Amino acid sequence: MSATMNADTNSQKSVIKGAIRIEDVVKVYDPDGAAVMAVDHCSIDIPGGEICMIVGPSGCGKTTLLNAIAGFHGITSGEIYLDNELLCGPGKMQAEPGSDRIVVFQNGALFPWKSNLENVVFGPMMEGKLSKEVIYDKAIKMMADAGLGGTEHSFPGEVSSGLRRRVEIVRALMLEPKVLLFDEPYRALDSLTKSVMHEALLDIYYKNKVTIFFITHDLEEAIFLGHRLIIMSSRPCKPKKIVEVDIPHPRDYSVLTSPRFRELMEEAKGVVNEEAKKAFEAGEKEG
Amino acid sequence: MNITKLKDKILSRAFFRGVIAISIFLIIWEVGARFESWYGYRVPWIGLIPAPTAVFESWGGLIGDPSYWMSWQMSFMRVLGGFFAAMILGIPFGLFMAVNRTFHDTAFPTFEILRPIPPLAWVPASIIFWPTAELSIAFVTFLGAFYTIVINVLGGAKSINKQYLQAAQSMGASQWDIFRRVVLPATLPSIVVGSAVGMGITWEVVVAAEMISGGGGSGGAGGGLGFFIWNSYVGGSYEQIVVGMISIGIAGYFSSEMLRNLGGFLTPWLKTR
Ligand SMILES: Nc1ncnc2c1ncn2[C@@H]1O[C@H](COP(=O)(O)OP(=O)(O)OP(=O)(O)O)[C@@H](O)[C@H]1O
Ligand SMILES: [Mg+2]
Repeated sequence: MSATMNADTNSQKSVIKGAIRIEDVVKVYDPDGAAVMAVDHCSIDIPGGEICMIVGPSGCGKTTLLNAIAGFHGITSGEIYLDNELLCGPGKMQAEPGSDRIVVFQNGALFPWKSNLENVVFGPMMEGKLSKEVIYDKAIKMMADAGLGGTEHSFPGEVSSGLRRRVEIVRALMLEPKVLLFDEPYRALDSLTKSVMHEALLDIYYKNKVTIFFITHDLEEAIFLGHRLIIMSSRPCKPKKIVEVDIPHPRDYSVLTSPRFRELMEEAKGVVNEEAKKAFEAGEKEG
Repeated sequence: MNITKLKDKILSRAFFRGVIAISIFLIIWEVGARFESWYGYRVPWIGLIPAPTAVFESWGGLIGDPSYWMSWQMSFMRVLGGFFAAMILGIPFGLFMAVNRTFHDTAFPTFEILRPIPPLAWVPASIIFWPTAELSIAFVTFLGAFYTIVINVLGGAKSINKQYLQAAQSMGASQWDIFRRVVLPATLPSIVVGSAVGMGITWEVVVAAEMISGGGGSGGAGGGLGFFIWNSYVGGSYEQIVVGMISIGIAGYFSSEMLRNLGGFLTPWLKTR
């Protein structure tokens, strides 16, 4: 059963776009002054359609890496490819931000002055490829699918934080990106809302297979959602250990109590704690 | 339904308290002002002020007087003229300083040196270099609102959450779209606050400027509410001084109320919390 499942996802992976290849990337902040090395010769290969979970100690450089993929800042050396096309590398150290890679931010970045619906249509309206009616129809349908029916005309400030996050994910998906970049999107949510959000995200993912690059501090979340878990070293960040999560998708919350889940948790926990300790000691030395 | 009822109740209660407080205030004022004529002892402070009944009487005489309404109109025109000029120049100036580094570095130091000079200190210079008294009052009024609006717009535009800009950028918004659809709405709340404060300052400045400059040179009447007060003082009509003061209070209140409504209309998302 699980073998056929895996074969199935593998064959799908080869078709789905959004493969990200990070090669030997280095990022040094303020190279002339303090020279903070945030990312150190980091290489990660993410096949299209994979949910790749990134965990690592606080301040190790995860957001730095995500911003480099998104094109919010440049890298110092190395290359990043999307579907074998150079995003950034020698000659062009900063990627062009684009609607093929959308970020869902740590603190949320819905525009508070626009209604939820206006937020969701923002991207396609900016692109201007489709007519206004088509865009609004699509937005209303996608919002309904994500359980957001009835919140279209509220402002983001008027709905719960869980719903806000969902609006933000729908806004990102409207542009049919190849890659979704999540920077601890559920950090501020309570655990109940969080579990609802996890199932909602997987639900959305099963309908729109995209590559997901997902930063989190929550190991349980990481193993529950991810195909793979990349545990980063303390700063400067580079992959320390990769855990393949061989629990078949589609998953639901019963997975959490399975013995394999517990095993994977134990395996990951050991490495994460070791790195967190290193980061803490490094912090003490510097501080 | 229930909410409106509840609101009415709270409102009426607050209203009731307000009415009582104002009545007590008026009674103390009336008695204090009349004490000397009744009992031969002058109450300090209040004893020198005309009684409210006398003020209202004098006000009643002015209601039919066109030159009194002329004063209202002139002050209002000056306030609105200076205020809108400050908005029209101040908002783009502040926004441009916020988004353009070079312009900021060039303009901001001069702006910061001029800003601490109180608008009223400009009155003599202003009279010298503007051809008419009217223009010099308008200029000083403009200055009063301008600095406040610019500082608020600049601060608001600079403190925009960087992630809004990044989000818009990755969703394919052009520079102009980012400015129009992100920077501008994100700065609106600060613009509203800056305008409200600016409007208050405008009234302060216009009244003082009218007193100093002699009221626009159109003879005794028609020089604005500030000149109306000054003229009453010179003419020894103490009741009219108080009438002028209360008139300015009312005018200022209406201006702020107008701006509050406009601000609420422009920033509906802030009302929802
Ligand atoms: N603009 C910057 N200039 C200089 N140093 C920076 C800058 N941004 C981040 N850093 C430093 O780079 C390191 C990595 O930061 P980053 O935000 O990528 O960490 P992170 O892994 O996302 O942490 P967290 O889990 O707390 O979000 C940190 O030590 C941080 O202080
Ligand atoms: Mg981070």
